Amino acid sequence: MQFEFLLEQVVNGLVLGGYYLLIALGLSLIFSVGGIVNLAHGAFYALGAYASVELTKYLGFGPAVVISPIAVAMLGILFERFILRRFYNADPILSLLVTFGLAMVAEQAIRIIWGAAPLSASIPPAFRGSVILGDFLFSRYRLLILVVVAAVLLGVWLLLHKTSFGRVVRAGIQRPDMVAALGIRLQPYMTAIVMLGVGMAALGGAFFAPITIVHPAMGAEIITVAFVVVVIGGLGSFWGVVIAALLVGVVRGITIHFAPAAGEASIYVLMFLILLVRPRGLLGERIEKFE
Amino acid sequence: MNRYARRTLLKAGAALAGASALGFPAIVSGQTDKIKIGHLTPLTGFLGALGTYATLGMKLAVEEINQSGGVMGRQLDVMSEDSVNPATAATKSQRMLEQDGATVLIGEINSASALTIMQVAARNKKLFMQTGARSDALRGKNCNRYTFHTDIPNTVMVNTVGQALLRDNMVKGKKFYTLTADYIFGHDLLAAAKRFFGATEGNLIGDELIATDVTDFSPYLLKIRQAKPDVVCSNLAGNQVTTLIKQYAEFGLPYPIVGFNLNTADAWAAGDGNLSGTWPTVWYHTLDVPASTAFVANFSKKYGKPPENHAWIEYIAFKMMAQAMNETKSTDTEALIAHFEKETEFDILKARKAHFRSWDHQLMQEAYPFTVKPKGQAKDSWDFIALGTAVPKGNEPLESLAPTKEQNPCSL
Repeated sequence: MQFEFLLEQVVNGLVLGGYYLLIALGLSLIFSVGGIVNLAHGAFYALGAYASVELTKYLGFGPAVVISPIAVAMLGILFERFILRRFYNADPILSLLVTFGLAMVAEQAIRIIWGAAPLSASIPPAFRGSVILGDFLFSRYRLLILVVVAAVLLGVWLLLHKTSFGRVVRAGIQRPDMVAALGIRLQPYMTAIVMLGVGMAALGGAFFAPITIVHPAMGAEIITVAFVVVVIGGLGSFWGVVIAALLVGVVRGITIHFAPAAGEASIYVLMFLILLVRPRGLLGERIEKFE
Repeated sequence: MNRYARRTLLKAGAALAGASALGFPAIVSGQTDKIKIGHLTPLTGFLGALGTYATLGMKLAVEEINQSGGVMGRQLDVMSEDSVNPATAATKSQRMLEQDGATVLIGEINSASALTIMQVAARNKKLFMQTGARSDALRGKNCNRYTFHTDIPNTVMVNTVGQALLRDNMVKGKKFYTLTADYIFGHDLLAAAKRFFGATEGNLIGDELIATDVTDFSPYLLKIRQAKPDVVCSNLAGNQVTTLIKQYAEFGLPYPIVGFNLNTADAWAAGDGNLSGTWPTVWYHTLDVPASTAFVANFSKKYGKPPENHAWIEYIAFKMMAQAMNETKSTDTEALIAHFEKETEFDILKARKAHFRSWDHQLMQEAYPFTVKPKGQAKDSWDFIALGTAVPKGNEPLESLAPTKEQNPCSL
């Protein structure tokens, strides 16, 4: 009996990890290609949530979760063009400061526009309740999120590994100088990566709005976990982030099962242990420009 | 600008010039003689939404007091700041009293921050009217004679919901599973809940302590499902209650959920059809009392949305303080304490008047259990709560739900 309960927590943790993944994957891509720790990533997640709550009022849930990430991705273009671009070759502390400042500006802007009180958002009726598969209880809505995450993951993997776009991006992570020597400008690729990254964060926000609290600080809340995932997974590795996100979800679930008080601390302990053994993270590659 | 406006402006200018010529000395003395009040409330973090409402209520009260001539002819001058966390709350309250010349302190929602402000107030021998923090310990073992508590304490919230549960035969022999906020407020609420279950043969089969930054409850919900309780009970605070309500509805667990603490701003954010069960509240804007209706109308007119219970409590706290200063013709701490300790009655926009109990400085007042209106009965998105009848009942003393002298270790 105990084993079944544990297994249920593992499966639930995997689902939760899938959601962390949406945020962490973009963060990791932007870091790997541009060398920028985007502390404002959570702000795009929050914007995605707010935009989808607003759009849901007029268009319904379906169109809202499609349009809001796209709109936020467009904002990502401006973000890359006018802010990030100035910091690719600068001291990393500068980009840290500017994105940190931007995160705070975004949080206060949300507070000014929508107020400090959380917005109300609900799961569409068709996805309410739970389904019981075998001995496991699943939230119907989280299963939907899982399907979306899997689809996004597949799309990003194909993009990075099966297209010429992906080849340039992957080459750019390892040897930007060689890419430049071949006469390829990395800048448009970087714009696309930032668009993709913040779009995924906004998608996460849009899908999580109905089951979490939509309030100004929601971006700051998610960014810590996303970082832990990126650090555990290691830079430059697609699968590293995937494994790390799932691992974080599962470890948290299992810890809450046995020692609830340690639940939130468990992911940091996990990060500590993994960095002790593998300083570059689980599947992190050796990236010359960061050494 | 049209001619009418220009003429108005001219007149206003003339009036201003006249007033300053005639009344110059009076204005100067009026300005230096303002009554300074320090106001602290959390504007960020998991209680930030509530603190924002509290600030709006405070502003409305101060505006009304000042427009009607102030207190003893003096205007109120309120310094209002984000209390952030217990340490910052202590630093800021100390600065307000020692450097900025605050006469009294009013505010707070977070029980841990309220505790540190209480200590600062006692050290400075200045009055602190504590508005929104509900932990029993603040008016129990940590009570001090410089602090007065306006909101209903945890024990009253538990008893308010408890009476409704007893009426519905949902306590005796039933298995309860609680989720508790892991800080002073939650621990305190759990203790009150345990006392209630102990006295009424409720059976507490499990409790989870939840850190205040938890945003995903799914692992806890799975544990609840495994425990198969009869009733799930929330002892959480702030926007965590909202998250729990949303995710509880998401997982669709079959056990009824009730809670001993829910602020209406957090209930409003729960989303359509997610909230169910019985909860306590200290005030709600649909309360059918003329004074309350008038306050709701003024507030809604000014801010474009109805007041939340923390807007109400800040409003009445400032009004009570102004009334006490007017009645004692003093801002002296000892005089005010003596006035409140006489159990002076205050109109707090409810059917029955309220008073501070002399031996623990707790405001004795009505509370209300509430449930959720059936689908389609809400007039607007703010209106989905069905307010139960006030407790204690009209013929019972206001004290009957509060901790008794035996239960409350307070000695002032």
